Amino acid sequence: MPKPRHHALIDVLGAELVPVRRLLPPWLRTLGWLALVAVFAALLFVHYGDRPMLRRWAGAPDLAWAALGAVLTAITAAWAAFALAVPGRASLWAWLPLPPALLWIGASGLGCLRTWLAPDTSIATLHQSADCLVFIISFSIPLSVLLVWLLRRACPLRPVLTALLVGLASAAASACLLEICHSYDAAATDLLTHALAVLIVVVANAAMGGRLLSR
Amino acid sequence: MTADGSLVWDGGLVLLPDDRAPVSAEPANASEPAERKRAAWMAAAQAGDRRAYERVLADSVALIRAVARRQGVGTDALDDVVQETLLTVHRVRHTYDPARSYDAWLSAIAGRRAIDALRSHGRRDRRELHDDIALDQHPDRDDASMDAERRQQARRLREAIAQLPPGQREAVEQLGLREQSLAEAAARTGRNAGALKVNLHRALKALRGRMHGDS
Repeated sequence: MPKPRHHALIDVLGAELVPVRRLLPPWLRTLGWLALVAVFAALLFVHYGDRPMLRRWAGAPDLAWAALGAVLTAITAAWAAFALAVPGRASLWAWLPLPPALLWIGASGLGCLRTWLAPDTSIATLHQSADCLVFIISFSIPLSVLLVWLLRRACPLRPVLTALLVGLASAAASACLLEICHSYDAAATDLLTHALAVLIVVVANAAMGGRLLSR
Repeated sequence: MTADGSLVWDGGLVLLPDDRAPVSAEPANASEPAERKRAAWMAAAQAGDRRAYERVLADSVALIRAVARRQGVGTDALDDVVQETLLTVHRVRHTYDPARSYDAWLSAIAGRRAIDALRSHGRRDRRELHDDIALDQHPDRDDASMDAERRQQARRLREAIAQLPPGQREAVEQLGLREQSLAEAAARTGRNAGALKVNLHRALKALRGRMHGDS
């Protein structure tokens, strides 16, 4: 019988037992994180208003689709990360953000085509794109930190995959926030900036995630 | 034939050496009520019921061993996986949701710990024995540089032991270096055998990490 062999350890763990507060369900924890994103969005709306955003969307509906894709990517990637941080949940959760991410990237890609088809649209310069990069990263950092902190309360058994989802969720959320105060149309440089920012956040999170998230 | 001595057939059927139990922890028809029982015990343990906790941990050992064996962990490392899994279960017991399967939750943790054990053994094996090129190029036993290397390793080990927390250092000194029995060490230090065992286990893990960089 293997039981007696681990009796001493079980005895010690039993002696250390204290009541614990059960982890809230992943969807509720996702809502908690989204509440912070909503606070950032509310502050940006107070400062910039919604008119510039709605005007741009009326002129270029693909931007609205890209924004919808980014919002859904942020929600589903965060939800998947919280679900995967609970042992025993199906790894299929990791695929949840894929369709909205495709919508986000696909619709942003259309913006590039539009600049070739209608060259008069105001294209973001390299300097403006650098501003976007700084914006996305500076919002992604607090959002990632909060996500990592919340996830460490759980038990991410696949830390690198969870970190990838953290990166995707926070970069997508930052891209949504940028949409509120973005003053020019999507262009190739713009898409590249988003892609680079997402990549930086994903790689930084993945590199740290191996240690930050493992238990 | 695998490294741990089990025979693997084309259909994925695994024949295990005589001293191993079949992969399933219990007969299929008995597993459902048994799992419900474990789920109820774990739910009670989350509320602080020590008796239920010790029962569920003791009852989990067979399942952990079955999962570890299925992952290909050798007989000699099974106890390590069981101990690591029990320690993880203790740390993350708040992540268990009593509305879901206890066995799936436990199996996910055990599976992760089994993979960790396989990786750690694989790394050590590659370093120590199975690198033919390194063996060919390795200097003779009498080589002076070999002695210097051994002395350096011993010094590193002494330094690593000195940096351990007091309880862990004591366990290594009493059980590892002075080769005392658990009972002798317990009498000498005034600690109970279980605590010494846990401290030794944690100390060895920390030392492995420091010496091989695989913490």
